[in-house]
Amino acid sequence: MGRPDIGDARIMVVLPAALMRLFPGCERQPAVAAATVGEMVDALDVRWPGMRDRLCDSRPRVRAHINIFVDGERATLETPLRPGAEVFVMTAISGG
Amino acid sequence: MATRVFVLLGTKKGVFILESDAARQTWSLRGPFCETWPINHAIADPMTGTIHAAGGNEWFGPAVWKSVDFGRTWTHSSEGLAYPANDDAIKSVWSLGARGTRLYAGVQPAGLFVSDDGGQSWSHIAGLRAHPTAPHWQPGGAGLILHSIVVHPDDPDQVWAGISAAGVFHTADGGATWTPRNTGTRCDFLPEGERYPAFGQCVHCIVMAPGMPNRLYQQNHCGMYRSDDGGLHWDSIEPGLPSSFGFPAVAHPRDPSTVFMLPLNGDTAGRYVPGGQAAVWRTRDGGNRWQALREGLPQNNAFFGVLRQAMAVDRLHPAGVYAGTNTGTLFASADEGERWTTIATHLPPILSVETLVADG
Repeated sequence: MGRPDIGDARIMVVLPAALMRLFPGCERQPAVAAATVGEMVDALDVRWPGMRDRLCDSRPRVRAHINIFVDGERATLETPLRPGAEVFVMTAISGG
Repeated sequence: MATRVFVLLGTKKGVFILESDAARQTWSLRGPFCETWPINHAIADPMTGTIHAAGGNEWFGPAVWKSVDFGRTWTHSSEGLAYPANDDAIKSVWSLGARGTRLYAGVQPAGLFVSDDGGQSWSHIAGLRAHPTAPHWQPGGAGLILHSIVVHPDDPDQVWAGISAAGVFHTADGGATWTPRNTGTRCDFLPEGERYPAFGQCVHCIVMAPGMPNRLYQQNHCGMYRSDDGGLHWDSIEPGLPSSFGFPAVAHPRDPSTVFMLPLNGDTAGRYVPGGQAAVWRTRDGGNRWQALREGLPQNNAFFGVLRQAMAVDRLHPAGVYAGTNTGTLFASADEGERWTTIATHLPPILSVETLVADG
């Protein structure tokens, strides 16, 4: 869950279309309050229950074929987010 | 309203649904569903028509999909479908089983989950992975998967699970404790003298005979078997079949002595129908004698296989039989395998076939 003390430290998330199709009503660019990528995933899961399981496995960590970019760098759940950050969630190359 | 017959296909690119009437002569096809996720197994509740489809997506992980309107709309969930933190992450859901409103899900790496709320949330049946043999389970060609779930029709505490390549395990206490049930099944891939271990068999598929809960049939990597004591002992029923290798076994909906199998040419020989000539093999006497059913199936240059969950029967009279190939063709017989027609082609590789008959 998002920390209560982060106030208006909202960040913008850009979600991939393949993820949006799994959650009716999902926005492409939701704004959430989060200070780390892990908190961001928690906040997304509150708005669209089940989304955490699509982005993270149970160890927990970001799924192997999901990339989350913060300031152009691949992030982990522990990566900090500055207020106003733009976070890109992308499907990596995979499939067959 | 007339009887509607549905054939549910789990494929590498989502669920497809074929529909016909009781005559089963003409079919319509809908799909792909489930956002084209790989779907290993799709089943339907015969009472409500609710469809559940199990799979896993390389990007988004494992989930069980659900439709309450014959496939028109779908939801998905994986709530609770996980091992504890720092344990293995579940890659995919491989098989589904049902007993009344209770659902079971077999996953990769091998484990068993249960849902009592229609697939919305799942609980781990931890007793199976706590079995002392579990650290020694070896993955088969498709990984370490729990692919066969057989429930006892009268005793909710009894379940059989087939794991490749750990063998058959049985619980009589609702999943708290399990025992291997592999006596009599071979491991040709082990050195001579060590081919009948307590566990480690590469079971490919187990099914229960209708009306005889103690009679089980098994297609193994190394042979076809029947047990008449709930899997405590298995007897080979291979004589008369063209090979000892195959994937599916399907029990007749009413006759406990009738079983359908689809032997392939061998584990290291290409794993296609022997001689490039397709046949479903049927026994009417529990496996003592076998008959090849070929009419309408390709008899030249056929180099496909049928995977472990990709053959099914319906409950009509006479029973329909369906076999989906790993090359995306679905064969159907409306007369218990006597004559076959091709009812779908050019689909993705077919991973599972199940049926639903909805009476008007």
